[in-house]
Amino acid sequence: MRVPLSWLGEFVDLAPGTTPEDVHAALVSVGLEEEDIHRFQVSGPIVVGEVLEFVGEEQTNGKTINWCQVRVAPGDELAADGGPAIHGIICGAHNFAVGDKVVVTLPGASLPGPFPIAARKTYGHVSDGMIASARELGLGDEHDGILLLASLGLDAPVGTDAIALLGLDDSAVEINVTPDRGYAFSIRGVAREYSHATGVPFRDPALALTVIAPVTRFPVTIDDRAPIRNRTGASVFVTRVVRGVDPTRATPAWMIARLGLVGIRSISLVVDVTNYVMFELGQPLHGYDLDKLAGGIIVRRATSGEKFTTLDAVTRTLNIEDLLITDESGPIGLAGVMGGASTEISAQTVNVLVEAANFDPVSIARSARRHKLPSEASKRFERGVDPRVAAVAAARVVQLLVDLAGGVADDLGSVYDEAPAPQPILLPTGFVSGLIGLAYTGDEVRDALVDVGASLVEADGDLQVTPPSWRPDLTDKWTLAEEVARIVGYDRIPSVLPVAPPGRGLTRTQTLRRTIAQTLAATGHTEVLTYPFVSERANNLFGVAVSPAPVSAGASMADAASAVPISVPQIKVANPLDGEAPFLRTSMLPGMLQIAHRNRSRGLVDVAIYEQGLVFRPEAGVKYGTAELPAGAARPSAEAEAALNAGIVPQPLLVGIVLVGNEVRHQPGLAAVATGWQSALAAAQQVALATGVRIEVRQGQHPAMHPGRTAELFVTVSDSSVSGSSVSGSSVSGSSVSAATVSVGFAGELLPTVADDYDLPAVVAVAEINLALVFAQADGDLTVTPIRTMPAATQDLSLVVSVSVPAAALRAVVAEGAGDLLETIDLVDDYRGAGVELGQKSLTFALRFRGEERTLTAAEASTARLSGVALAADRFGAALRE
Amino acid sequence: MSVPSVPPEPTSSVEPAEPLISEAAVNAAVDAALAAIAAADTTAALRLVRSEHAGESSPLSKLNALMRSVPGKEKAAAGKLVGQARGAVTKALTAREDEIGSAEAAARLLAETVDVTAAASTWKAGARHPVSLLSERAADVFVAMGWEVAEGPELESEWFNFDGLNFDEDHPARAMQDTFFVEPTDAHLVLRTQTSPVQLRALLSRELPVYVVAPGRVFRTDELDATHTPVFHQIEGIAIDKGLTMANLRGTLDHFVRALFGPEAKVRLRPNYFPFTEPSAELDVWHPTFKDGARWIEWGGCGMVHANVLRAAGIDPEVYSGFAFGVGVERAVMFRNDVKDMHDMVEGDIRFSQQYGMTV
Repeated sequence: MRVPLSWLGEFVDLAPGTTPEDVHAALVSVGLEEEDIHRFQVSGPIVVGEVLEFVGEEQTNGKTINWCQVRVAPGDELAADGGPAIHGIICGAHNFAVGDKVVVTLPGASLPGPFPIAARKTYGHVSDGMIASARELGLGDEHDGILLLASLGLDAPVGTDAIALLGLDDSAVEINVTPDRGYAFSIRGVAREYSHATGVPFRDPALALTVIAPVTRFPVTIDDRAPIRNRTGASVFVTRVVRGVDPTRATPAWMIARLGLVGIRSISLVVDVTNYVMFELGQPLHGYDLDKLAGGIIVRRATSGEKFTTLDAVTRTLNIEDLLITDESGPIGLAGVMGGASTEISAQTVNVLVEAANFDPVSIARSARRHKLPSEASKRFERGVDPRVAAVAAARVVQLLVDLAGGVADDLGSVYDEAPAPQPILLPTGFVSGLIGLAYTGDEVRDALVDVGASLVEADGDLQVTPPSWRPDLTDKWTLAEEVARIVGYDRIPSVLPVAPPGRGLTRTQTLRRTIAQTLAATGHTEVLTYPFVSERANNLFGVAVSPAPVSAGASMADAASAVPISVPQIKVANPLDGEAPFLRTSMLPGMLQIAHRNRSRGLVDVAIYEQGLVFRPEAGVKYGTAELPAGAARPSAEAEAALNAGIVPQPLLVGIVLVGNEVRHQPGLAAVATGWQSALAAAQQVALATGVRIEVRQGQHPAMHPGRTAELFVTVSDSSVSGSSVSGSSVSGSSVSAATVSVGFAGELLPTVADDYDLPAVVAVAEINLALVFAQADGDLTVTPIRTMPAATQDLSLVVSVSVPAAALRAVVAEGAGDLLETIDLVDDYRGAGVELGQKSLTFALRFRGEERTLTAAEASTARLSGVALAADRFGAALRE
Repeated sequence: MSVPSVPPEPTSSVEPAEPLISEAAVNAAVDAALAAIAAADTTAALRLVRSEHAGESSPLSKLNALMRSVPGKEKAAAGKLVGQARGAVTKALTAREDEIGSAEAAARLLAETVDVTAAASTWKAGARHPVSLLSERAADVFVAMGWEVAEGPELESEWFNFDGLNFDEDHPARAMQDTFFVEPTDAHLVLRTQTSPVQLRALLSRELPVYVVAPGRVFRTDELDATHTPVFHQIEGIAIDKGLTMANLRGTLDHFVRALFGPEAKVRLRPNYFPFTEPSAELDVWHPTFKDGARWIEWGGCGMVHANVLRAAGIDPEVYSGFAFGVGVERAVMFRNDVKDMHDMVEGDIRFSQQYGMTV
């Protein structure tokens, strides 16, 4: 809402020199937030001039321009630019005659653009200024000729400052009006708020008008057979008639200027007047050409499929919820939204029917949204218009048409008024103070409520508060409390820190999430926060696990060389910003790969990033959401609440890691270390370390990943009989593979073709872990193994096995066979080549044995070692390599 | 190196005037040894000296060997003479050994000098995102007061995002929200436009009184530009108890901004409108060190929880009251650290977060 200061000053006294900034500051204190300041961009010497003579001179291009002598100062006085009283000016327009008063912009003036005016040589003369059109002055769109003062009904002595004369010295503050304060979409409403903010008296324009009831009834019928949510479409419908309007009369300059400042283009006097009164009083108005109306007016709902051509010449198919203004010819207006072409005010209109109605906010809001026709009128109706102001506004239009357009108020008209009176609200004594935490006096409470227009009745010390007609938002004691707090001032509210009951701190999950974030950052990864919007193809590629299959050579490896997306259940955004990525991610990786690419495209070649976030993983065949929503303002039934929760798509927390380039860059005395599958596994183990949950690595398969360089990650599902698990990479405890495990993610390298899709180099290491599944095992219920302090015995062990035996499996078997004396077992070498048969490999482990209560003998350690060898031989055919 | 003088060979002829182990011979051997020790300037040279002057075939050792032949009555004096001589040589050797050892150690360390500014590192720098860090810091302020941290889904039922929060179906504010809907739209699921649904979930699932904060990611259909992003983060708080007031809201916010921005930070409340609070206020924050100077910055919304929201959670608004607030995390990072363009916050350029490192 834009508020011209001159207009505001009609209803409240603005101190001399009040600036737009002052007005903003005052209004913001009562909750009308500042948005902008609007001014006419005109300055300098712009004066009333009189055309003394002009000579038409034909140009080589066939056009005729006029060389004019214009008086811009009386007698021998100097003109406002310091020049002579008579200026020679070139003018291309032809709509003027000798003796016409015009607006002359003298050298030194500036017009909107900015367009500075200077004496300049043109068409063989020195044009000492410019005769302005309305558009050049910022006064509307009229540019067919120069502005003649007479066309605005103005006359003023030569040399008069035209900026003030035309109202171009005004400025407007723009404020943001919140949805509960519809009355502030009027100068009247804003003036009232300005009064609240500053204490200056408010003169209500609605009280200044005498509303003369028409004596002849214009037939109006409200026939709403399908009220929306039990509210009749029109609660007030006032009509007034003005006859004999002179269609040649121009809109006065001050009205054009004010409308211009509020953002409305001048169209014609009658239309301008209805717009003007809407801004002044907040009541949307519509003018009909009375002579084009066929019979009386009926307000009804549209019928299914009914058609209507609005003012903008668009024929619209109506909905049965649309409220229509009709006459005997059919629809003549879409109520509160837009009028029709057939009864439009035209340049020939002399008899006008003015409509001032109050329409149901919901009905208008739905129609405006349905037909995508937001308008100044619908904006006001949606937020609620004062039902008592309709008749006043109609009377104001009549008054202006009589005063400005030479019309005669007719006694034809009607007043339909079924608007319910505001209901009183009980405001218990002390309620406001108790809610706000400030001891308001009884007077402060009463004065504030009276200020906002409420009427009060004392009842047993409590107040019965009847809100004013323009405040449909005041519905309960809480809304009244806000008014009191607002009028007295929010700055008066004291600061009192409440004491919460003892809390339990962060949950284990919340703590683990932070530890993971800190751990990954501390180990060289940079946190990113990506958008969760991806393409369907990306989801199909990354959002699925395929059942783990052993890697086999030959054909199957060739098949796996390019990614084959599988259809993954996923959620589509109905109104995406990016049509290329309308789906919600089922994996962290696609968005992160784009980020990796962006970094590399900026010359950052070594990228290690991670993100923790939710993914959206609907299950196939499940219908999510609910068709019905419970009403607000009451707790849903247990069934309804359960249905709402059951309708939520699973959104597990994941962590994604993407690594490209070098893990360690080339430095003095240090060769570069390229990132790869092992880096991804290391990151996964850092996550494990942070959570205290052991992650087990197995060879895996993933449609987007390298078939031979992908690990699937598992955690052991907790079982009350299994106590805790160690996270030390080399620890033996908890390494049993036989317990129930659950797959929690992958780590390894992308398929080179997939990396290429993202414009990334061939080796891209990635890991993705479902933290929701990991956290489920992170119970913190660890049983500590006593530390053995006896001297250790260390031995190495080399075993030859088939290359198909995973090192982890062999390691586990040796550990199992070696038994309790084995403290740690670390893989130190994987040898293939001379001395080892093709298809076999030699794995060397470093074993550390330790007794519980005494120093082990070499023989005891060797026995334990050989037990491990024996089991490995039994399970995997492993042979000792001496 | 001087050649040690060799003592005369003992003879069997009886020459009583000359003792078997003469003081002159011993002194000569000692003098020669000490001179050789002083002249040695490396550990290796000293090792040779030790062998020549204190070894088994050294003059002193040979003199010592004569002790067996020294007559009984002279044994004590001769023993003392030779013993003292050997002691002096050993002491000199040890002293010289320490001296040379120290000098050589110092020389070795000097030779090991490196350019510490040219260190290679197998360690690389990672970083947290400031939005995450600031969210955590904000949450910690409340956790320290006994509040708890609540969470909820990002893809949420419209009931939790709107209806339960007092946005009715035709509420103008509901149209005002730039909401991402998902297909099918008649399933009424939306990407939450605020973290307030978490508040409602907390009220439904927890015992009263409730004091929780909800940091999280929210979604609005704003195109990314210098000050907007369709995906951003909020931290919201809600407290429901008996007798909570708007003064408690202000007290909480005052404490919050001081803890987060510094002791000079101030809060200003301005009347505003939100469907889920009544009274409602805009929350402005001021701090002398904000970039572009000390000024009031619009940071979020707050107010007393609307009676209809309490009712939606099955709480009697005549018995309980409470307040809620919500602020934007990206916005705080922007005005706190002078981030001028939202793109830096969302593009994932690692140089942005690496300016923060591990702390905000």
